[in-house]
Amino acid sequence: MDFVDGFATHYNYWIVIILMMTGFYLVIARPNMVKQLVGLSLFQGSMFILYISFAYVTGGSAPIIVEGEQSYANPLPHVLILTAIVVGISTTAVGLALVVRIHQAFGTIEEDEIHDLTRED
Amino acid sequence: MSEILDYVLLLLLAATAIGIVRLRGLIAVVMLSGIYSLLVASLFIVLDAPDVALTEAAVGAGAATILMLGTVALTTREEKRARFRPVSFLVVVVTGLMLIYGTSSLPPFGAEDAPAQVHVGPRYLTEGYEQTGVPNIVTAVLASYRGFDTLGEVVVILSAGVGVLMLLAGRRRAQGEKGQ
Repeated sequence: MDFVDGFATHYNYWIVIILMMTGFYLVIARPNMVKQLVGLSLFQGSMFILYISFAYVTGGSAPIIVEGEQSYANPLPHVLILTAIVVGISTTAVGLALVVRIHQAFGTIEEDEIHDLTRED
Repeated sequence: MSEILDYVLLLLLAATAIGIVRLRGLIAVVMLSGIYSLLVASLFIVLDAPDVALTEAAVGAGAATILMLGTVALTTREEKRARFRPVSFLVVVVTGLMLIYGTSSLPPFGAEDAPAQVHVGPRYLTEGYEQTGVPNIVTAVLASYRGFDTLGEVVVILSAGVGVLMLLAGRRRAQGEKGQ
């Protein structure tokens, strides 16, 4: 694949991958749990952009039927992502509630400190 | 015009993501993640997805930010200094490069003849209005064709709400015991 060509036509996907990997890094490398959850929502957001990019048609319009309009964006990824956004906020809310409880039980939300505390017992 | 907006918004998103990694004050991180969601919503407008943009702005930039701010208020405001982890970084870079290599077999962005555009989608676009009477096809699919899936979605929200309430009720109970 020609590098410059690939960049021009797949720009969206490349940035999506960069965002996704940033979120992935936060999740696996940061001990702070709030930061991990923010990383998870970065990852989710990048996934949404990926799907909506798949649905986009150059020169098309939003999938609302108007007379005389021929080209529309694909409505199915939009529906999928609407559902995914709502499920995403639900899992984030449960995760945040768990963080509050962990802070109450251990007095910290840093993963390595909790690890030290549990090893001493 | 929309291509230029697409480029600029994606660059801003990347800058926001790097800011989130580098900052240690958790309130700033949460505000940046709200900005990230708002940028995602703006990008959805550019990419012809107004319904998704409205939901993302309300849920991602609104509700999620409030929940995260609440968590930060109840826990700590500062992240401890984390050491750089080379193995994690290497894993992330290798995964990213493999994924970027994988995009080479994807159809170009915005192509009309991409496999995703020619199979099921056109059927909803051509017949959806006649069958349901709803001009907005996203709404038609969500509320009419796949109404039971949307019901399942409501069940997911309900169980998440019940889960959060149970976790936080346990918190209050434990606090009461501590006070005695």
